[in-house]
Amino acid sequence: MMLLTCPNCGARNVSEFRYVGEAKSRPDPETATPEQWRRYLYFHRNPAGWISETWYHGSGCRRYFGIERNTVDNAQRSAAGTAGATS
Amino acid sequence: MSRNGQHDGPGRARRTSRYSAWSLVKNGLGAGSGWERAFRHHTPKETYDVIIIGGGVHGLATAHYLAENHGITDIAVLEKSYIGSGGSGRNTAILRSNYLTPEGVRFYDRSVKLYEHLAADLNFNVMFSQRGHMTLAHNDSSLRTMHWRAEVNKLQGVDSSVIDPAEIKKLVPYMDVSSSTRYPILGALYHPPGGIIRHDAVVWGYARSADAHGVHIHQKTEVVGIDVASNRVTGVRTADGRRISAPVVVNCTAGWSTLISDMVGVDMPVQTFPLQAAVTEPVKPFLDTVVVSGTLHTYVSQTDRGELVFGASVDPFASYSTRGSLDFVEGLAGHVLELMPGLSKMRLLRQWAGLCDMTPDYSPIMGLTPVEGFFVDVGWGTYGFKAGPVSGEAMAACIAHGKPPEIIAAFGLERFDEGRLVGEKGAAAVGH
Repeated sequence: MMLLTCPNCGARNVSEFRYVGEAKSRPDPETATPEQWRRYLYFHRNPAGWISETWYHGSGCRRYFGIERNTVDNAQRSAAGTAGATS
Repeated sequence: MSRNGQHDGPGRARRTSRYSAWSLVKNGLGAGSGWERAFRHHTPKETYDVIIIGGGVHGLATAHYLAENHGITDIAVLEKSYIGSGGSGRNTAILRSNYLTPEGVRFYDRSVKLYEHLAADLNFNVMFSQRGHMTLAHNDSSLRTMHWRAEVNKLQGVDSSVIDPAEIKKLVPYMDVSSSTRYPILGALYHPPGGIIRHDAVVWGYARSADAHGVHIHQKTEVVGIDVASNRVTGVRTADGRRISAPVVVNCTAGWSTLISDMVGVDMPVQTFPLQAAVTEPVKPFLDTVVVSGTLHTYVSQTDRGELVFGASVDPFASYSTRGSLDFVEGLAGHVLELMPGLSKMRLLRQWAGLCDMTPDYSPIMGLTPVEGFFVDVGWGTYGFKAGPVSGEAMAACIAHGKPPEIIAAFGLERFDEGRLVGEKGAAAVGH
């Protein structure tokens, strides 16, 4: 069972959370070209290693939060860089 | 012939002895010592005409069809582990062509047609069993999609129709088709040409045939870098410190494909998700149809050995981890029992995970890239194995002629910038 550490609720089963995806900034919809918008929608970094991402604690505090996760072994650390609970 | 019976000769074609009833009798009498190795070990050359990264069904099929259809035999297939160790050996071995878009149906139907003749073409028993494939509908909207798919399929000449619960019960007597379940079964899309196959045999058959044409298969050879000079591929570098040059490099690495494309600076709209599957202990044959339920996120088939193979949808977050989870088996067991309550005493033998390179539209990315000489055959998500033969055939044509053939014209990388997606989610997600 994989645990994910919510900054508000602590370590919880990953099934309580919803994966939102890589943390990245949205282009301004008023000025973005269709190409820029499609890049934002479809293209993500897909590294085998650490990535900053957003999760939503749907079955807990219902807040969005940022976390860093290693995609190879699912180890986590808080966005500040301190090690959190692993699986 | 060198030690261990391995040939270490130059990469020229050899005469491969044919597998036949006669060879079986002859070698059976000789205690099996007369069997040749199916493919040879080679020392990598310094240069090749084509380097294919990834020794799975896609990479090996591309090598096979390049040699067979286009006479290009100076090819190296580089595999970081052993052949068929990635998605080719981890899928649930289901074949079908009842997709949703005309582009998808045409493409996967060509694959099923190639699979039908593959055993004869490769002289290798791939154990294709066309036992029929049904996708259950548990609500009105999925029944509507089934009708839509059936009509698209019929227009493309694919045998596919919507059947009612009474007909489902006839095909699968152990299925609970009553209306008292949580998700009552309203009907199914039935696709008689679908079925299952021995996935390892497909990999080995293509490897043996490619080897017989003179293709070099290098296992345990990981690519760690790709050299590009003035926007043109010149070769690759491997983990053991070699540099192998080639004017053409093909990326057939599925779940790891963005790592390879990053080496040449080609962005791809691909994210890697694990997909878990499981198999039970073997029991007597009772299920001769592949059963799929999108609502229950599961698909079930019984192998020739009698084991039940279960698959699911991809895990809910991106990862390169192939570790199994208890969440998965718990959910899976519950869903399977909703369909067939009689299986409650079955025991799981093992579970595993494979990596899926998911694209936004659930269609693959095939063909040329902005870097000259760098070809991609990726974005295979959860449907790569069934497309192996046609992908090999089409990629071989694409490499030989320098432009994608008509059958994969819709699957180019440029479609994401141009907004021409080929939406297959309705038929590809948990549709195995």
